[in-house]
Amino acid sequence: MLLEITDLQVFYGRIQALHGVSLYVAQGEIVALIGANGAGKTTTMRAVSGLRPAAHGRIRFDGEDITKLRADLRVRRGISQAPEGRGIFPGMTVLENLDMGTYARRPGREQRQQDLERVFGLFPRLKERRMQVAGTMSGGEQQMLTIGRALMARPKLLLLDEPSMGLAPMLISQIFSIIKEINGQGVTVLVVEQNAQQSLSIADRAYILETGLIVTQGKGRDLLADPAVKAAYLGVA
Amino acid sequence: MKFLIDNFWTLTSTGLTQGAIYALIALGYTLVYGVLQLINFAHSEVFMVGSFFAMWTLNALASHEGHAGALLIIGLLVLAGIAAMIGSGITALFVEFIAYRPLRRRNAPRLVFLISAIGASIAISEAFGIFISRNILPVPQLVQPKVVLTLFGSQIYNMQVIIVAASIVMMVGLDQFIRRTRLGRGVRAVAQDQDTAALMGVNKDRVIALTFLLGGLMAGGAALLYTQQFGLTRFNVGFLLGIKAFTAAVLGGIGNLRGALLGGLVLGLAENYGSALVGSQWRDVVAFVLLIVILMFRPTGILGESLGKARA
Repeated sequence: MLLEITDLQVFYGRIQALHGVSLYVAQGEIVALIGANGAGKTTTMRAVSGLRPAAHGRIRFDGEDITKLRADLRVRRGISQAPEGRGIFPGMTVLENLDMGTYARRPGREQRQQDLERVFGLFPRLKERRMQVAGTMSGGEQQMLTIGRALMARPKLLLLDEPSMGLAPMLISQIFSIIKEINGQGVTVLVVEQNAQQSLSIADRAYILETGLIVTQGKGRDLLADPAVKAAYLGVA
Repeated sequence: MKFLIDNFWTLTSTGLTQGAIYALIALGYTLVYGVLQLINFAHSEVFMVGSFFAMWTLNALASHEGHAGALLIIGLLVLAGIAAMIGSGITALFVEFIAYRPLRRRNAPRLVFLISAIGASIAISEAFGIFISRNILPVPQLVQPKVVLTLFGSQIYNMQVIIVAASIVMMVGLDQFIRRTRLGRGVRAVAQDQDTAALMGVNKDRVIALTFLLGGLMAGGAALLYTQQFGLTRFNVGFLLGIKAFTAAVLGGIGNLRGALLGGLVLGLAENYGSALVGSQWRDVVAFVLLIVILMFRPTGILGESLGKARA
C-alpha cells in the first residue's frame, strides 16, 4: 500500500473537520475523493501533505508512519501536492516556479532539462510562457503550472486538489486526460474533486466524503452508475 | 538656500555615502520583514555588535606608528570586515533563536514578537554598555583622508568612494544570491507563500535563519564602513542609526530589496540637503517629515511591493 490513512481526525480550533477518515491508495492507482464544499476534502489533502496536523489517527506512506513528519520532509519522501486554486508563486516566472518543484531533490542540469521537457510535453502552454511572471497568467494556466511544478518533484504520489476548479469545460476535460496520461507514466494519483462526473470516469477507485466522514466507496465506474451517487453528485435524478 | 546651491555636490556626495550605510542596514529590516512580516527591532544591535567586532580586530592588529602600505590596509580592512560580519551574523542568529523562534513554535500573537524584539534590543545594548563600556570608544581609522577627485568643484574623499563601492558590491551580491541561487529562491518562496513553500520541500525555519544571517552580514559590512567613516562606536550606536535604516526601508517599500537601496540613498540625500536648507540641528526632523510625506502619498513606500512579489 502506498498511502494508508486510518481513522484520521483533524480540527480547526474546536471545530472538527474530519471525524475519522480511513482510506488507502495502492501503487499505480488513480483514487478520487469527492464531496461537496466543506465536506473535508481539502483538509484531508492538507493532512496528507503535512500542512495540517492530525489530532488522531495514522498516516502511513510507503511503509513509514509519517503522521508526525514535517511537511517539507514528506516532500522528500515522495509526496507532492498541487495545491488548490492559485497555489503558485505569483512573483516568480513560470520557469522559476517549475524549478521550485525540484527544490528538495536538487537534480543535475541534464535531469532538470529532462523533467522540464516532460512537463512541457504535457503542457505546451507552459513552454510558451516560461519567462512570464506566473501571477499574470490565466487561472487555467496557473492550474497547469501547479500540476507541472508538482511533477518536477518526481513524486511517488501526486496529490491534486481541485484541478478543475474555475476552469472552462473544454479545459476541464483536457486536464483530466492529462491526469490520466501522468498516471500512465507511472505516477500514483490521489485527486480531490467537486466535479464527480469527470473524476469518477478516470478514477480506479473513489471515496465520497460528507461532513468529515467517508460515506461511500467503490470502483469509479460503479459509483458513476450508482443511483444515490447520481442523484447527489451527478445532478441526475 | 545659497548654502545649498553653493555646496550642492559636496552635500550630494556626503548624502550618498551616508545613504549607502543606511541602505546596507535597511536590507536586514527588509529581508526579515519580507519573510516574517515582522520588524526586527533588535537589528540595530546586530549593527552595534558588528562595530565592536571591527573595533576589537583593528585595535588588536593595527599598529599606531607610521603609514602602512596600501595592501596591508586593504588586508586589515577585509579582516575587520569579516570579523564584523561574523559578529553581526552571530548576533542576528542569536536573536532569531532566542527571541523569535520559541514564540513561533507557540503561535504567539504578532504583538508579542514586537515586545520580544524591543526586549532583545535593549538587553543586548545594555549588556555591552555594562560589560564593556558606556563611553564613546575610538576605532582606528586606517585610511588617511585624501581627496581622490574633484567633481563639479566638490572634493570627493577616498573613504567616500570606498564606502559607496563596498556597499554596491555587497548589495549586488545579495541581490544575485536571492535571484539566482536555489537557497535564494527558497527565501522568495517562503516570502510569497509559506504553505506552498513547504509543499516544495522548503524548510521554513532554515530559510528564516538564513534571512537573519544575510541581514546580519550586511549590517556587519555597514558597521565596518561606519567605524572607518566616523572613527568611533558606542553601545547605543545602533539606536538612531537603526531607526534611520528602518525609515529607509519603509521609505523604499519594506520587503523590497531594491527599495531598501533607494530608500537609503533618498534618506541620506534628503538629510543633507534638508540640513543645508534649514540648519543641521533639523537633520533628523527632515528625515522623519520626509517619511511621513512619502507615506501619505505612497503608503507602501516608493517601490512598494513585497520581497515576495518582487521579481528581482
